Amino acid sequence: MRKPSMGAVLFALIPFTAICFSVTLWDRIDPIVLGLPFNFFWLITWLLLTPLCMWGAYRLESARASDAHHPGGE
Amino acid sequence: MIMNPTVIALATISIIVAIGSFIGLYAGTRRKMDLEQWIVGDRGFGVLLVWLLMAGEVYTTFSFLGASGWAYSKGGPVLYILAYQPLMYVVSFFILPQVWEVGRKYRLQTQADFFQVRYSNKYLSAFVALVGIVFIVPYLQLQLTGLGMIVEVASYGVIPRTPAMILAFMIVAAFVLTSGIRGIAWVSVLKDLLLLFSAVFVGIAIPYIYFGGIGKMFAALIHAKPAHLTLPGATANLGHAWYISTVVLVALGFYMWPQFFGASFSAKSSDTLRRNAVIMPFYSITMPLMFFVGLAATLVLPGLSNGDLALLTIVRKTFPAWFLGVIGGAGALTAMVPAGVMILTAATLFAKNMCRSILFPSMTDQQVARLAKISVLAITIAALCAAIFSSTTLVSLLLVGYGGVGQFFPGVVLGLYSKRVSMPGVFAGMATGLCIFISLMVTKHDPVMGLNAGFIALCCNFAVVGLVSVLGPGNHPGFDESLPAN
Repeated sequence: MRKPSMGAVLFALIPFTAICFSVTLWDRIDPIVLGLPFNFFWLITWLLLTPLCMWGAYRLESARASDAHHPGGE
Repeated sequence: MIMNPTVIALATISIIVAIGSFIGLYAGTRRKMDLEQWIVGDRGFGVLLVWLLMAGEVYTTFSFLGASGWAYSKGGPVLYILAYQPLMYVVSFFILPQVWEVGRKYRLQTQADFFQVRYSNKYLSAFVALVGIVFIVPYLQLQLTGLGMIVEVASYGVIPRTPAMILAFMIVAAFVLTSGIRGIAWVSVLKDLLLLFSAVFVGIAIPYIYFGGIGKMFAALIHAKPAHLTLPGATANLGHAWYISTVVLVALGFYMWPQFFGASFSAKSSDTLRRNAVIMPFYSITMPLMFFVGLAATLVLPGLSNGDLALLTIVRKTFPAWFLGVIGGAGALTAMVPAGVMILTAATLFAKNMCRSILFPSMTDQQVARLAKISVLAITIAALCAAIFSSTTLVSLLLVGYGGVGQFFPGVVLGLYSKRVSMPGVFAGMATGLCIFISLMVTKHDPVMGLNAGFIALCCNFAVVGLVSVLGPGNHPGFDESLPAN
């Protein structure tokens, strides 16, 4: 299988970092945003930002797929 | 006759379930139902139907009752759900399109088929099938338990759980048998609409009715119990390390569930799956609404014996009986749709990858299909027995499953992208991971040193795969061209 492009992997690492690895930075109540404790607000925001990052990854990967005639072939 | 609330609520649930079952039964009747149509829908699903199928099977009773239940009883740790859901789609972006390509090339129908063509060993693939079935049973049990709770609460305790679970599962088995995967995908249209409506309505209305709004509810919670809102919430040991290890395990392990892995084969193209991975996180927007209901219940209804009952109990307390029936009906379909896919998958794994490949290699495709349909009943009954005779919370049941199926991850991802990984390596790694995971669970060492037990097992699994593949014999550089796909 063709390995995914570096750019797509980097795009994927953005939500992983923001949502998962950085938990100690944002897991608190203050500041309250739109009535939500900060940790709830942060994760809900990333539900909307994750598709944006992956859309970037999609653009990169589908450009590569149309370059090669056998996308994903051995 | 006086219409009492029990009758109204149960009648509403029955009507919704009946409409759902009718759609399921009807969707399959006009097609010839061989194994290929039954399990992968002839590989013809476009973006919409794949989205419906995936949303249909991913959002289970667990999202409905389990999430609000954890928000109620544990608080902050429930945030892990909001984290793993978008991330599992990120991971799927790099796995499912590739799995689909292999699936089309070799006409794969199950996850165990994938291991068969990649590692050319029928014992490995039968082992994968067996482990898959073993961990599907608790996931099915989760759906059943949820269904039983719905009927119990909706009938105000008049109808006990057991007969309700038996009846509901007879219905599921019936539409699995007649219409296969396509019927299930179409029932999820109704299920998704109802679930979306219920989540949005209840998630906004309940905080509004009791507190005057979501912001005011949080203000009241911050005043009353601020520690409930961050990790580790009401628990002693579910802190940040647990959060990271659990989110990583579940995000990697999610599409290792045989039924989700197999759902990718029904897609029309690999691009369908890539696009799906981009848009799916939007569906998770219902999850915080479920949390809000659970959090409202911590202040409105403190002291429930089982947190999983929080959503239904607060709905029953707040709204008229017919509305409890609508929520109950949505919940019932939310249990039945994913349960259908799980039963279908487990039955096919058993018939094709265990019975035919190990015991009776001479079975024809028709005989495999017939055996799979018989196994539907056997698996349904096994899950029923498990649900009737055991009791744990919904979330803990699911976390057991992830620890188990997560151990497939190295075999799948290295199988796709690495030329150096070997069959003995994958086999040894998987066995090590499972042994470590099961012994940690049995001795009640979860979390261990603050980390998720399944995550520790997965790390050991990777290490063993790497060591054995590099040092040991038998490299399998790629997919075996000589093997016909069964």
